[in-house]
Amino acid sequence: MKIEDKKRVLREMVLHRRFEERCYQAYIERKIGGFLHLYPGQEACCNGVMEAARPGHDYVITGYRDHVHAIKCGSDPKAVMAELYGKETGSSKGRGGSMHIFDAAHRFMGGYALVGGPFPLAAGIAKAIQLKGGDEIAICFLGDAANNQGVFHETLNMAALWNLPVLFVCENNRYGIGTSIERSTAVVHQHKRVAAYNIEASECDGQDVEVVYEHARKAVDHVRSGKGPYFLELMTYRYRGHSMSDSRGYRTREEEELWKQRDPIFILRDRLIAAGELTMEAYEALEKETDAYIENEVIKFSEESPEPRVEDLEKYVLADRASQQQWLTGQAA
Amino acid sequence: MAQIMLWEAIQRAHDEEMARDPMVICMGEDIGVAGGTYKATKGLFEKYGPLRVMDTPISEGGFTGLAIGASFLGVRPIVEIMSVNFAWLAMDQMFNSAAKIRYMSGGQLEAPCVFRSAGGAAHQLGAQHSARMEKVFMGIAGLRVVTPSNPKQAYGLLKSAIRSNDPVFINEHELMYNMKGEVPDSEYFHPLEGSDIARSGTDVTLFGYNISVHWCLKAAEILDKQYGISAEVIDLYSLSPLDRAGIKQSVSKTHRAVIAEEDEAPVGVGAEIIAIINEECFFELDAAPVRVHSALVPQPYNHTLEKAAIPDHEDVVKAVLKLFGKA
Repeated sequence: MKIEDKKRVLREMVLHRRFEERCYQAYIERKIGGFLHLYPGQEACCNGVMEAARPGHDYVITGYRDHVHAIKCGSDPKAVMAELYGKETGSSKGRGGSMHIFDAAHRFMGGYALVGGPFPLAAGIAKAIQLKGGDEIAICFLGDAANNQGVFHETLNMAALWNLPVLFVCENNRYGIGTSIERSTAVVHQHKRVAAYNIEASECDGQDVEVVYEHARKAVDHVRSGKGPYFLELMTYRYRGHSMSDSRGYRTREEEELWKQRDPIFILRDRLIAAGELTMEAYEALEKETDAYIENEVIKFSEESPEPRVEDLEKYVLADRASQQQWLTGQAA
Repeated sequence: MAQIMLWEAIQRAHDEEMARDPMVICMGEDIGVAGGTYKATKGLFEKYGPLRVMDTPISEGGFTGLAIGASFLGVRPIVEIMSVNFAWLAMDQMFNSAAKIRYMSGGQLEAPCVFRSAGGAAHQLGAQHSARMEKVFMGIAGLRVVTPSNPKQAYGLLKSAIRSNDPVFINEHELMYNMKGEVPDSEYFHPLEGSDIARSGTDVTLFGYNISVHWCLKAAEILDKQYGISAEVIDLYSLSPLDRAGIKQSVSKTHRAVIAEEDEAPVGVGAEIIAIINEECFFELDAAPVRVHSALVPQPYNHTLEKAAIPDHEDVVKAVLKLFGKA
């Protein structure tokens, strides 16, 4: 990665971290409802992969831990936060919530709340790309636990069979909700499970964004050049619980501390400082600036935005009638 | 107007739409090289090739989800699920992805997919190949459900379903693919909403859909000839949304209603029609509406038991006679 890119990615990762931590606070304050799944600890995964891909051009789909993926694709953090606040100005107009951020304009095809559900959707997006003949790829970010669903295997089979341009990124954070991978999965290293489908796969450190980037470049090139699907496994860790209702009784504080010593932001920060490209003072200023931006713009916008109108409760259930007249009534509009 | 079989009508709709729009594709088990279990996709593989006529692995959840994902980008897939019993495996994707995508994305994405599936009790196919499942599909917000009772509807409903921007589930019947009927020679789009008056009458309304329309028509004939009862038959080709206005109009005229469904009674079409009658025109009724439905049993293999489980036109006649105090 070029030095200016590293500096930009550090800024972005700090934004991603502080955004999520501010969500935590807003949830405690009951400004955000429902379920909330936060990303701190895994920032290098999304950032490393998307630096190698083309955000806003390639199609991205993921599970319910989706805020950062949307922002990385180009979503305005204000729209994402407003969605968490349930406001009309939110990404999904307040109809989706934390687990269902969508931004079609930036080709962020959404967050889905059924574990493994996005696998075949991603393959379908790749099928559409194949039919249309574009140079985009589909990128599916999911956790390790999703691989225990049947559709994981069904999708790998079809993706390989039909040579679909889809990159599966497995963010292996070692826990499926509150059950460790050792207790739920016969094979800890997920890329080994993919070999059965003749799909190229690799595994790397998911905490160092530069390592992720190098592996992702190879993976993205493979898929974009028409060689079919690729499976990239990133070994990572989420600092917070699965969702906000999780007190993390299933793992030790020592284990958490061990992972925090390999924090993705600090790894990059310290490397830039060692290279003389950054000072600790500048980094601390960056954190403060980021917090000020989140508070003065993102939170302010979300607080001040209007609620959806109750009259619009049934809007978006079905297609707008006017455009469908002929098919609904048999009479041309 | 040509007399063709119902499978031919479905095949023609596929062919016309695929010739018109390169984004219309079809997929399912054995639909390509083998030509389809019910021949509904016969000849399409040879004409449009493997990229658009996809023989899928036996992975209903997987390929249904794949079709839905492709539809987000404007592809219009027609998915054949060989038997509606297998649709249970695809329902997560149909309901959680296709039906909800427009709403949960605030109108940004849509899933213009068509899911076709053969349901109903055929002959001795046993518990896991005889299900009627329309009741499951018709309760899902964001999903349209239609069900043809003849070749014209099969052709026109599929044409409209492909053009519609909503996901549409088409409930077909295993016993009806070889049924013959008139289909217009020129292009025809059947409305996805509403109901048809299959036979006009004044004394009682018989509500049917798909195969039970034919029980109702046969029963109406017997009631007219043998008992002097004039029955109106309403064909509910749209199960979601149901035609509230059409139901109200007919019951307000005849003041009596019988609902015939091949499905089991609980949480079914009959229950829903009676609820609509109560809500729309309760005080028009001269008698309590009656449901004709199958027994609440997993479908038995034994021929005699199977026949006992599934209603037919005679059960409709009996229900009407009871309604008139003649049985």
